[in-house]
Formats: sequence, structure tokens, C-alpha cells
Amino acid sequence: MKTPTRTPGPGKRTMLNEPLISARGSVGRVGYALPRDDIPERGQARDLPVELCREALDDFPEVSEGEVVRHFTRLSQWNMSAATTLYPLGSCTMKYNPVVNEYMARLPGLAQLHPLTPDDQAQGALMLLAELERCLAEISGMDAISLQPAAGAQGELTGMKLIRAYHQDRGTARKKVLIPASAHGTNPASAALCGYDVVQVATGSDGMLSADAVATCTDTEVAALMVTNPNTLGLFEREILQITDMLHQHGALVYMDGANLNALMGVAKPGHMGADVIQFNLHKTFSTPHGGGGPGAGPVGVKNILAPYLPIPRIAHKNDTYTWSDTAPKSIGRVRSFYGNFGILVRAYAYILAMGGDGLTHATRMAILNANYLRKRLESVYTLATHEPCMHECVFSDRSFQQTGIKTLDIAKRLLDYGFYAPTIYFPLVVSGALMIEPTETETKETLDEFADALLAIAQEITDQPDLLKQAPFTTPVSRLDETRAARRPVLRWSRSSDS
Amino acid sequence: MRYIPHTEHDIQAMLAVLGADSVEDLIRHLPEALRQNAGLDLAPGLAEPEIIQRLTAFAEQQTGYSPERSFLGAGAYPHLVPVVVDQMVQRAEFATAYTPYQPEVSQGTLQVIFEFQSLVASLLGLEVANASMYDGASASAEAVLMAKRILPKRSRILVARSLQPQYRQVIQTYLDGFPGLSLVELGWDETGRLDQEALAQHLDERVCGVAVGYPNVFGVIEDIAAISRSAQDAGALTLSVTPESVALGILKSPGELGADIAVAEGQSLGIPLSYGGPGLGLFACRSRYVRNMPGRLVGETVDQEGRSGFVLTLATREQHIRRERATSNICTNHGLCALAATVFLCLLGKQGLRELALRNVKSSHYLAEVLQQAAGVQPRFPSPFFNECVLTVPRARRVWARLKEQGVIAGIVLEDWYADLRDCLLVCATELHTREAIERFGQQLRQAVV
Repeated sequence: MKTPTRTPGPGKRTMLNEPLISARGSVGRVGYALPRDDIPERGQARDLPVELCREALDDFPEVSEGEVVRHFTRLSQWNMSAATTLYPLGSCTMKYNPVVNEYMARLPGLAQLHPLTPDDQAQGALMLLAELERCLAEISGMDAISLQPAAGAQGELTGMKLIRAYHQDRGTARKKVLIPASAHGTNPASAALCGYDVVQVATGSDGMLSADAVATCTDTEVAALMVTNPNTLGLFEREILQITDMLHQHGALVYMDGANLNALMGVAKPGHMGADVIQFNLHKTFSTPHGGGGPGAGPVGVKNILAPYLPIPRIAHKNDTYTWSDTAPKSIGRVRSFYGNFGILVRAYAYILAMGGDGLTHATRMAILNANYLRKRLESVYTLATHEPCMHECVFSDRSFQQTGIKTLDIAKRLLDYGFYAPTIYFPLVVSGALMIEPTETETKETLDEFADALLAIAQEITDQPDLLKQAPFTTPVSRLDETRAARRPVLRWSRSSDS
Repeated sequence: MRYIPHTEHDIQAMLAVLGADSVEDLIRHLPEALRQNAGLDLAPGLAEPEIIQRLTAFAEQQTGYSPERSFLGAGAYPHLVPVVVDQMVQRAEFATAYTPYQPEVSQGTLQVIFEFQSLVASLLGLEVANASMYDGASASAEAVLMAKRILPKRSRILVARSLQPQYRQVIQTYLDGFPGLSLVELGWDETGRLDQEALAQHLDERVCGVAVGYPNVFGVIEDIAAISRSAQDAGALTLSVTPESVALGILKSPGELGADIAVAEGQSLGIPLSYGGPGLGLFACRSRYVRNMPGRLVGETVDQEGRSGFVLTLATREQHIRRERATSNICTNHGLCALAATVFLCLLGKQGLRELALRNVKSSHYLAEVLQQAAGVQPRFPSPFFNECVLTVPRARRVWARLKEQGVIAGIVLEDWYADLRDCLLVCATELHTREAIERFGQQLRQAVV
């Protein structure tokens, strides 16, 4: 494989500079036109007293429509994205985002629908949501769904609120939540927001959560276990049934983080594993675009015992009519305004329609095949975090190169030069210098080979040209950025002085 | 399957490398009891034309929003969305990237967020804005939790009852189980503004903050300056909540009126109604509180050659570092919606946002005037409002239903949200409502009230 260097060569694209939008434009220039004003002149002061009005928005740009398009188009070209390259961020499931879904979310009857439209005039939207609920219940093996949470983390918060409401309803205010050391940071943060004390459960040297380890922490003060399956090392928790049984025997519940549901569709259902509540990350498993960090959607699925506590409003179906129902006296309430990230829900539903049951099963199987294939191609050179069989992602540690002074970060930066986004790094925390790779099912064998070749070439560079790695990346619009300076002297907005 | 590239040949070649006979071999280690062999009970996959047909059928079951016949606002507002906004949002380089963990290849997203933070800080009149939250309601809840972090010894948050009910419900949900903080609701006076006497009664050393709508649910413009003076005297923080951010194009900013934390729903800034989501939570505060702020922040720095660039910063507040001691459990922001709002605010610019806001004032006041020509219809509150207002309408529920039969959505029947506000409609008009549509509504109301 050819080694990328600092010198641009054939095929390198020109990166055009682009200042802040505040540096563009000219006084009096505009980029908009309002509809014709045919309302009789009333006089502003009559409607709105002057003392309520602000001064001009001095910091705002004055630019033409064309300037705006050029500005943002140029900025877009500075991004790597799942559309432009393999984006193997472990745990994020950066699969192909089908274009047709974008068009479906923009159908005027859906995109322009006001959330307070009377239910009888919004039957199509309600029916779509009810259908999506049914699909998610089938895929997960859960009994009831709420589509309301806006993101995975909000789904977690919702799930933990449900668990809390369940225990309170039984008059037992349990205090503790068990969380494996390998969990996402959102798990302990969500549990803490619900007032729980977080008890960390050690992960075994094989990367697994053992029933024994859970048993030592389990008592009648435990409200729930939050567990991710497959876990963040990409491993299916072998003892999941024993673990969930044990918790249930102690009167505790099981929150299953559905972040890795892409490894399970048509293969195994969380509902059969003893999960009482699970969140779905529609932006991962169900292909909705990640948007540079949202909006996603984080519906929750629950077993019947938790259904009475689901957020309001819920969809009710009677005599062929769908309505929003607020009558749920035990509900935890609302977690956001209205009904959820509807536009995202439409995209996810379109994806499920396109895939069908067999297609989703196939997606999961190919995601597992791709991860195993990459793992195999890399395992002789990079050190696997564990030798247990992996599901949809594989994790390597920094052991093979720790002695050389090269860090996982250096490898990630060098990958950018080879035209790939970097895997998730330094997570899970239980693995030294983790490199967590999730290729997803939508990548071709050819792309996986190119990616593996790049990582192997980099391994060679560790020996041959370590300085190259420490300096990388070379081909990006900027080189390594000074993050310490950013945190020490925060500049979080433009100032007038930087305008000129 | 068009989204999955594997040919049978690919699969065999990959299995050969793995030394496996079948894909089944790769999942044989799952406990037998859990392995699912029956497949999923879902319909077979559809081709693109079939998907389009199916979803179009759903979409056409409602006639969608039409400013010709709907006067709904109440937390979600119909506004113009320049096509450029949607075009930029659809650029795959923005849409299919993720949280900018590798800043060298994410400068596009990062610079956009930096510009977004700059515009939002300016709009809300505060020093620092974050990279966005999910929506106005959850941003309000996060603001309340932040007030508690700043003043940890205090145990009460005062919330105006005239704040959107959905927002208050979300705050309540977040507070349930949150140790040491309870919510006290304060009523309104005859002007529709926060009852200052009630505020004075409740403001004491136990209160960490006062949260109030600006404008409130009635469209009424609260006196944030007076509220923040009282709050400050009691050592409490002022939290301003704006469900309709276009209002800030003309109203004094919450920051200049003394708010310490200001949040807003940014849906009005280039984001389609989309049946209520996704929205966009705007969140700003005074710079001395930045380390208590929830959510992502982008900061400017330099690269090794001294070139300016942007990174995620002050991450030690966040869950992936601090876990259960984080300022919030939030992981992503609403990045693509933040992009939409940034493009929108750039297009409208210094003049445009003000002009847009003023047009909303004009349309809605004309609407109120026209509707008052119907018998017995009058403003419920004698106060300045932005683009929606409460009208007393005799037998409001019956009138609303009658208008609905004629294809007009006369806002909402406010009694559904406030049992003590009988015979009131909350109606809204924006720049999308023509004079003709407003006058036709007026005529229909005149007939409906008799």
C-alpha cells in the first residue's frame, strides 16, 4: 500500500480556506425575502412598546444566499462522513443511511404536520407510529414501546425512571444500580440523574460479566442492573440468563442498553434474555443519519410490568381510530415536548419497510461477518482485547505497540491519512489503549481489505518510521489541534475583533 | 438486498479466511436457549417505489399544515424554511458524520457549531452557548438541574405556571428522584404575567432559581428585568425559557434583562414542524457558570502550524469522562438541527430576523383585531404579546369544533391545558398567514359564535 505523505499528489483534492461567516458579507446585504406583506399598516409601536425591543443584532452576518451556500458547502468538504468513507466508530454503528428515507421524512403531509393537529386529522402519522411500535416490539421481544425519547441517552434516563417508578409503586425505594465497568458513560450518568448510587461491577479478564461478579454485588438494595448486550467489547454476554434470573429473584430489574442491537436482529431477542426495559438507538441500528451528533431517537421497549409507567402521551387504538392518550396515572410523565423525534421515526420506519424481517436478519449476520473478518485480518499484528468470539465489533488493545512509545491516538490520526475515519479509541475503559472497530454490514469486502491493509501498513510504520505516526495526520485541513489550550483558555464564540 | 453488498462469493471468501463453514458458525457460541431460528414476524422487504407509495399513503391521510386554515402555535410554529437550509442539511458530509471525535477531519461540523454557539449566545444575550440540546422542554429541565448545581444548598425551583405545560411536565419528570430539589409553581396576574406578589412570597434562601416563559404560553411578554431583580435580591438565578425563538429577533434578549441561564426551542429557525420533532434546544449562560453547563461545547484553538481550528472542549463536565458525576447524561446534541438553525440565521441575518419578528407581531395583532370583531370575543390579557394570544370566546369549545368542521383549526382550546381558563382560545399567526386567510377566519368566527 502506498504511504500517504505530506505532499499532495494526484487525486488529492484542493481544500479551500473558509473564514467564519462573520468575516463574510457587507453592510446591508441580505440572503432572504419574506412573503409579500398585504396586512394593513398598523405601526409597530402600537403593537409592541418600544421599550420591549432590542437593539440591532450586531453580531449577525449580512450575507447573500450565494455566500451562505458557498460557506456551508466549503465547510462540508472539511468533514469525513459515512457517505465519504468507512467510519468504523465502534458502538456507533455508522452504516449506510438510505437516501430514500430522507425523501420520506420530507413528504409534506409528514414534515409540515403541526404536533397539535387534532388526532382525527393526523391518522396517517399516528398509524405510522403505531406500526413502528409494533415492529420494534417484534424485533426486541418487548411488550410495549414508547417512541418519545429524543436520543439513546434520553432513552436510558426514561428507562431508569420507569424502574424507579416500578419500585416506588411497590413501596421499596431501592438505592443502588449495578453497572459493569465496560459500560458507556451515559449509563452511570443516567442512573445518577435518577438519584441512584452507582455500583460498578468488575468485568472479567475475558471481557465478560460473570454471574458470580454480579452475585457479590446483588442484594435487596439493588434496583436494577444496566447491561449492554453484546457488551462494548462486542461480546455476547454468555451468562446473561443466569444474571438476569438472579436479579429478578432479588426483586431487581434489568435495564438492557440497546446500543448494540445491530448484532441481534433475528438472531436473539433482548426480551428473551430477561431484559425488562431496553432503549433503541434508531440512528445506529435503524440507519437514520447521525447528523454530526444528532438528532437521533431513543425509543424504549418494556415488558408488561413496566408498561403502566411509560411516558405520556401514548398511542391508543380503538375502533380503527388512533388517538393520543394522557390517561396513565402511573406514568413517569413526559421526557420531551410532543411525541418524539418524528422525522427520525419516519426514516427508521422506512428502513424497516425496505429491509423486511429477513433483510434485518441478514443485516445482523453480515455485520457479524464483517467484524469477524476484520478481526481475523488484524489479529496477528494487533493484540485482541479478548479471544472470545466477537459479534458486530472487535476491540484491540495497545499491547502490541505499547513499548514503542506509539499511542493508540497516533494510530487513529495516521488512519485519517489513509482516507479512513478512526475507530473509537480509549473505550471501553477496561481495555488498555482500546481501538474499537465496528465496520457494520454495509461495507464491502474490498473496503474492509483496504482498511485492514492500512492498519497493517501503519503497524509496519510503527517500526520503520515512528515519527511519521507521531506527527500524523498530514493530509487533513488542519494538523493536530491543541486541546489543552482550548480547555485552558476557552474561546467559545466569535468576537468582534476576529471579524476583521 | 440493495443496502448490503455481500455476494455469495464474498461471503464464501470471507468465511474461508475465518476458517468457518457458514455464518451460522459465527453465532454458535450464543446460548442455545436464546438463539432465534424462526425469523422476525415482519413483512418482506419493499422496493423503493413501494416504500414511497406506502409512506405517501400515510402522509396523505392528513392534509398537512396549511397556513390557510390552521392557527396553531402553542409551542410549535409554522415559519418559512428557505430551501437552502434543507439543501445544506442534506449534504451527506454533514448528515452522515458523527460527533466530531477526530477534529482534523471534522472541521466542517466543528466550525458550524462554533458559529451556532456564537449566534445563539448573541440571540439570547449571554456570554456562552452550548452546541445544542434536544428541544426547548428538555433544555429547560437541564437548566433547572444546572441552577441546582450552581446553588447546591438550595432546594426549590420556582416555575411560572404560564410556562408551556409540556415544559413543566418535562421539568417535573427530570426532578422526580433527583435528590434535594422540588418544584413550586407560581400563578399569573390579571395581565397574564408572572404574579409578582406570589414571587416575592416564595423567594427566599431556599430557592435556587425562577423559571419563566419569554414569551409565556399565552404569548405574553414577561417582565424578565423585574423578575431577575427580585431573584438576584434573594440570591437566586433567573432562567428564561423561550418556546418561540423568532420572538428574540425583536424582543430584548434575556441576558440583557438579567437572565443567568436562557434556553429556547429553536424549531422556528429553519426546522420543519415534523409533528413536533426533532426540535432544537438552545442553551446559554453567563460565562462564570460554563463549567456547570450540560452538553457539548466547541472551542477555538490552533494546530501545530498555528492555524486556527476547532475542537470539542471542556469535556471533563461530560458523561464519557465523568460518568455518574457528569453535569448531564446527554451524549449527542441535535447537531444537524443546529446546522439548520445556523444556515437559517445566516440567511436571515441582522436585518432579516428582526423583519421576520416584526412581521409576526403585525400578522398576529391583525389576527387578534379581526377576530375581536366577532360578538363577545376579546383579549383575555391586556398585555403586549408576540405572535400568539389568548382570546376569550363565548362557548369556546363549541365554536372551535364548529370551525373545525369547516376546515379551520382555531388554535387550541386553552381549557385543555388550564382548567381555570374556560372559554379561551390560544391563536397564532406568522408571516405565512395571508391577510385573506386571516380575514376569512374572522368571518367564519363571526358566524360560529352566534
